Amino acid sequence: MLKDQDRIFRNLYGFEDPGLKGAKKRGAWDGTRKFLANGRDWVVNEVKASGLRGRGGAGFPTGLKWSFMPKASDGRPHYLVVNADESEPGTCKDREIMRHDPHLLIEGSLIAGFAMGSNTGYIYIRGEFIREREALQAAIDEAYDAKLIGKNNKHGWDFDLYLHHGAGAYICGEETALLESLEGKKGQPRLKPPFPAMAGLYGAPTTVNNVESIAVVPDILRRGASWFSGLGRPNNVGTKLFCISGHVNRPCNVEEEMGITLRELLERHAGGVRGGWGNLLAVIPGGSSVRCLPADLCPNLIMDFDSLSALKSGLGTAAVIVMDKSTDIIRAIARLSYFYKHESCGQCTPCREGTGWMYRVLDRMARGQAHKREIDMLLEVSYQIEGHTICALGDAAAWPVQGLITHFRHVIEERIDQYSASPEPEGEVREPVAAE
Amino acid sequence: MSVRRLDPIQPESFKFSAANMRWAKAQVKKYPKGKQASAVIPLLWRAQEQHDGWLPEPALRVVAEMLDMAPIRVYEVATFYTMFNLSPVGKNFVQLCGTTPCWLRGADDLKAVCRRVIGEQNQVTEDGMLSWLEVECLGACTNAPMVQINKDYFEDLTAENFEELLTDLREGRDVKPGPQNGRQFSCPEGGATTLLNATASSSAKRSTKSTAKAKPGRGGK
Repeated sequence: MLKDQDRIFRNLYGFEDPGLKGAKKRGAWDGTRKFLANGRDWVVNEVKASGLRGRGGAGFPTGLKWSFMPKASDGRPHYLVVNADESEPGTCKDREIMRHDPHLLIEGSLIAGFAMGSNTGYIYIRGEFIREREALQAAIDEAYDAKLIGKNNKHGWDFDLYLHHGAGAYICGEETALLESLEGKKGQPRLKPPFPAMAGLYGAPTTVNNVESIAVVPDILRRGASWFSGLGRPNNVGTKLFCISGHVNRPCNVEEEMGITLRELLERHAGGVRGGWGNLLAVIPGGSSVRCLPADLCPNLIMDFDSLSALKSGLGTAAVIVMDKSTDIIRAIARLSYFYKHESCGQCTPCREGTGWMYRVLDRMARGQAHKREIDMLLEVSYQIEGHTICALGDAAAWPVQGLITHFRHVIEERIDQYSASPEPEGEVREPVAAE
Repeated sequence: MSVRRLDPIQPESFKFSAANMRWAKAQVKKYPKGKQASAVIPLLWRAQEQHDGWLPEPALRVVAEMLDMAPIRVYEVATFYTMFNLSPVGKNFVQLCGTTPCWLRGADDLKAVCRRVIGEQNQVTEDGMLSWLEVECLGACTNAPMVQINKDYFEDLTAENFEELLTDLREGRDVKPGPQNGRQFSCPEGGATTLLNATASSSAKRSTKSTAKAKPGRGGK
């Protein structure tokens, strides 16, 4: 288990003062000036050396992402945008950072802004997080008042940090959709290239980072890259906030070392699977977009990027959704399909039409009202959506369905058999077939 | 995607209050010169707050004019983002999370309560106090099942305490946002498993359940 002194988020549960005084007591804003004095390259190299991989889901190396920003400005400003549009089902970690440890995020934003030659940062928080927005804004105001950020601040790098909010669109968590939304448009992802580092917000070089990725940076610099890279396993290092939800005895958020096993994570912090480990049916290890894994793959499951992608699943946002044997797994995945149908921005045909199509088929399958040949048809359609859309929402919609069919095909078949053995009596409403 | 249309019954006009107007002008300053359209979501949101929780059509035109945007661009934004209510809602607008993590922990039971106590989705009760809508993941999954009512999250609900909550709201009683089972935010119920030795004063709190109750309202602050 991760030792307490190695934890970055020491006020995760809000037992202590989230304000500046409390944050300073926990070590925030300590030595920040010195880090900036070491220069931009030092900061980027330190983050690279730490092996930090983006905490927003894709796991892209953060330092490398920063190094894509132009070294000198061509006249256009540089922007840092923090992605706080946390809406991946299962994920609720950034919320805790923003309301209980906001100064880590603000300090990280200043450092990241400096490392990328940016004097302006925007934090894009999801619209539903109204109280979190108030909490974070209060912390930003505090930082301005204490001259920690803003013009002519104590740290010698002018940096304005603004809080911006969305209004309930999951797709705005995709970085280019987020930029569109921040520009005051519908959140529809942009074609890439050009990548945001070349032409992002208002056409200027921009880097978009997840809240957790930014909030861990100050501690990495304070304690040294080797401290961070010494935790976890090679290429999957550091600490990570895990969100444990679903059928466990005590659902919770917890910061743990990367590479902890699923079983230790659940049993040590979440009171174990409801009804005992033997009652586990499946787990979605990284937020709704990754493929689920059945219990027989779980005993020695290592929770990090590489070991989960080896199983064709993923660490994603490290949102662990646990399902015990009472779960109707077809219903559970069908509900996710409904989510993607609801959240598709409508720009690309395979996603706009495909997400609704998959949901309607899965909804029938959950009732057993399907043909077995439709299982392969559904799988094929999911492959036609995956990789054929501008952004990854198409992939994210396809993967849960693929995971279901890969691991639980027998359940769907049994359901179909059950239904054909005793179809429901008359009076049943036929589902509409065409797109709604 | 969902089809979202403006309400057939619209007020004649919309005007920001003086305070909101000042606030709106300050918002626009957050963005570079000429990029004032960036403020469209915050302004629409403020308009919705001022207009009893729903966004009337005249407000779209007012915002378009304030931000020097073509009205259609503002219409697009208002219909794209699902937090903009295009029809009237109850004084207490319940957004019930129905996505899988909440569903696994009993969101369907809460839905049944909504149907029984309030009625169908998007229907405002006769007294105007309540209406509800099933929404997608609200990002409080470790505290599932949960609902958002106006600005606050109410978490760790059961059919029983949710029904009580609705009754309290309807009768205008004070309610406590955050976890409804006495738990401290997303800390494991019954006590933390980490950071037990942080400071003496707070470690005492960590092992007891009752402190969350001792700080009413902190859940949403």
